[in-house]
Amino acid sequence: MRYFMMLIAALLALPAQAAQAALNVLTTVPEWAALAQEIGGDRIRVASVTTALQDPHRIEARPSLIARARNADLLIATGAELEAGWLPVVQREAGNARIQAGQPGYFEAAAHVRMLEIPAQLDRADGDVHASGNPHINTDPRVYLQVGAALAARLAQLEPANAAAYQAGYTAFAARWRANLARWEQRAAALRGQPVVVQHKSFSYLLDWLGLKEVATLEPKPGVEASAAHLSRVLQQVRGQRPRWVLRAVWESSRATDWFAANSGTPAVVLPFTVGGSDAAKDLTSLFDDTLARLLAVK
Amino acid sequence: MNRISVSMLAACGVLASFPAAAADAELQALREEIAQMRKSYEQRIDALEQRLAQAETGRAQAPSAAPAAGAAGFNPEIGLNLQGALTSTRLDPASWTLQGFVPPGAPDEVGPPRRRGFTAQETELTLAANVDPNFRGYLNLALTPDNTVELEEAYFQTLGLGAGFTLKGGRFLSGIGYNNERHPHTWDFADAPLAYTAFFGNKLTAEGLQLRWLAPTETWFELGLEAGRDDGFPGGARNKGGSALGAAFARTGGDLGIAHTWRAGLSYVATDPGARAYDGIDAAGLNTSVAFAGRSRTAGADFVWKWAPNGNPTERNFKLQAEYFRRNETGSLSCAERDASGACGGAAGLADSYRSSQSGYYLQGVWQFMPRWRLGYRHDRLDSGTTRLGPALVATDLPQLAAWQPLRNTVMLDYASSEFARLRLQFARDNSRGPGLVDQQVWLQYVMSMGAHGAHKF
Repeated sequence: MRYFMMLIAALLALPAQAAQAALNVLTTVPEWAALAQEIGGDRIRVASVTTALQDPHRIEARPSLIARARNADLLIATGAELEAGWLPVVQREAGNARIQAGQPGYFEAAAHVRMLEIPAQLDRADGDVHASGNPHINTDPRVYLQVGAALAARLAQLEPANAAAYQAGYTAFAARWRANLARWEQRAAALRGQPVVVQHKSFSYLLDWLGLKEVATLEPKPGVEASAAHLSRVLQQVRGQRPRWVLRAVWESSRATDWFAANSGTPAVVLPFTVGGSDAAKDLTSLFDDTLARLLAVK
Repeated sequence: MNRISVSMLAACGVLASFPAAAADAELQALREEIAQMRKSYEQRIDALEQRLAQAETGRAQAPSAAPAAGAAGFNPEIGLNLQGALTSTRLDPASWTLQGFVPPGAPDEVGPPRRRGFTAQETELTLAANVDPNFRGYLNLALTPDNTVELEEAYFQTLGLGAGFTLKGGRFLSGIGYNNERHPHTWDFADAPLAYTAFFGNKLTAEGLQLRWLAPTETWFELGLEAGRDDGFPGGARNKGGSALGAAFARTGGDLGIAHTWRAGLSYVATDPGARAYDGIDAAGLNTSVAFAGRSRTAGADFVWKWAPNGNPTERNFKLQAEYFRRNETGSLSCAERDASGACGGAAGLADSYRSSQSGYYLQGVWQFMPRWRLGYRHDRLDSGTTRLGPALVATDLPQLAAWQPLRNTVMLDYASSEFARLRLQFARDNSRGPGLVDQQVWLQYVMSMGAHGAHKF
């Protein structure tokens, strides 16, 4: 009996010890994992539950996700209903009070960002619309400064002993990031005003940052795949505007983009979308380096 | 660059204004002055840079204030699922029975076809909201085509019990098996697997408490215990305080690479029905009334495997699902006449011991071969075993219990115009009624989901 009690005590102590070693941070998508790593360094243990090759709207609440959420101290989500189809189940099934909505252990990036494309009316006849606006905020690099500041504050709140380190981590990141922004904006200055066709509204924030002009979307409605007839109409409509690229994210189906590229002569460009979306996009900096390189490669 | 040139310029200016033969003290003062000027310039430039950066980011990215909602902001999530079908069957649906098995309660809309032609199946209305930071409430009402409202689920669930524990209370779909907790609108076929029909009357609903514990391990491992009333099949009519239905389940699951995910579980259901009655017909066609009292124990195993290239199911995916159940029942069976038919020894009736061991499984695969389109096949098989009746009971009084192994094969093709709308065509060949009675069933079904659509489980 005594050995049994000791075993139970040891088992109960195990997760507690693991938790003390480092703050356990779980993110829904890779970009927030990369950002948390930039700020927290080796003070936190961070992992993303999805990869860049997965459609962030269509993730399944797999057993492994629930098991990882069980032990998380902080759950970072994009918010704006991007994860509405699976994250609530993960939170409810995890039996983890820390990561429930409203707790300090739950962080939504979109709450700290100016949202684009907030719909004036909510009707599913308009497709898969998000009431809070377009959730693909991660394609604008400026967003990482706001989200990073809020995230550093949240990490400090969760672990006051390391508050100064998190703040310093953010300050250093922000300095590097501002230098990157200046460099990117200089490189991309020539792209301003260029016409572009996108497959899904995945890049609205990128377009907003670079000042690109979206002349058409291949999807007739968000989340609704384009038919051949619709693609032909889009083709006729943009013919005179000579778009420079037709863009899709790496996780989107290639069908519509390839058809449009073949029939219009507009070069198709696959963008990494997030960290890990291409071989070159290893972290946040190389993500935007690669994104710009792919855009600039098309003359 | 600016910073260096400004301080250099300042330094040159200061130097030039002094004679070459300056004393050491003067030199020192000069150095201090330069250092001070440099510091002051650097500070001012820093401040300016910071203001510039703030203005830049502030202009582009001022966070939008969350829309302040009044009382309407506290509205619960409301969802509505419409389901309906056009069914065609070779045999009369009213004659459907599971030969060899006691009838699993009254037929409902999610089992084998109840009627031919157009039918509105169950319309599900769901309401859910967080009650406070500790609890969440959930309600699911099924509106049936018979113009009745069924309370499918009405429960509270804890949000932050911690240590991996979750407590659920009220009426809820039991956590046993894989398919049981899923609502019909998320099923891959228009009707329930035969094993669920035979052993749980299509689904096991618990009215009581459920406690689940999720282990703090990397591999998902969950244990669950349930206790509650047992008014529904396979329980029935026991007037007892405390818990009458007990259920337990253990399940685990994980990933193999990014493309493969699996889940496996074991379940156990124990109930002791006091008088589980059904209306029967004897071999001569006379009406009988039959009731079972005793122990009912069901054990089950379930397995699910899903594949999606790169873990992205949008384009193509495959799902394999299999469940097995075995039910052992021992107790007494009584048989009496119904409607003064004179069967089963008339009004006095007959009663003796009853013992059965019955099993069943289904195996199904659903393949999304291109976006929106899925093809599925399901194989259902049941084995009634041989029911052993005491000598006072006569087999011809109970033809329903004569041994049989029902078999059903089903294929389906469905098309989803979006995540919220699905149309399904389904064919089944079903010999549940007994030897030589083969039914062919055709379903054309629609499933439409509106409003707040709750996230689905794996």
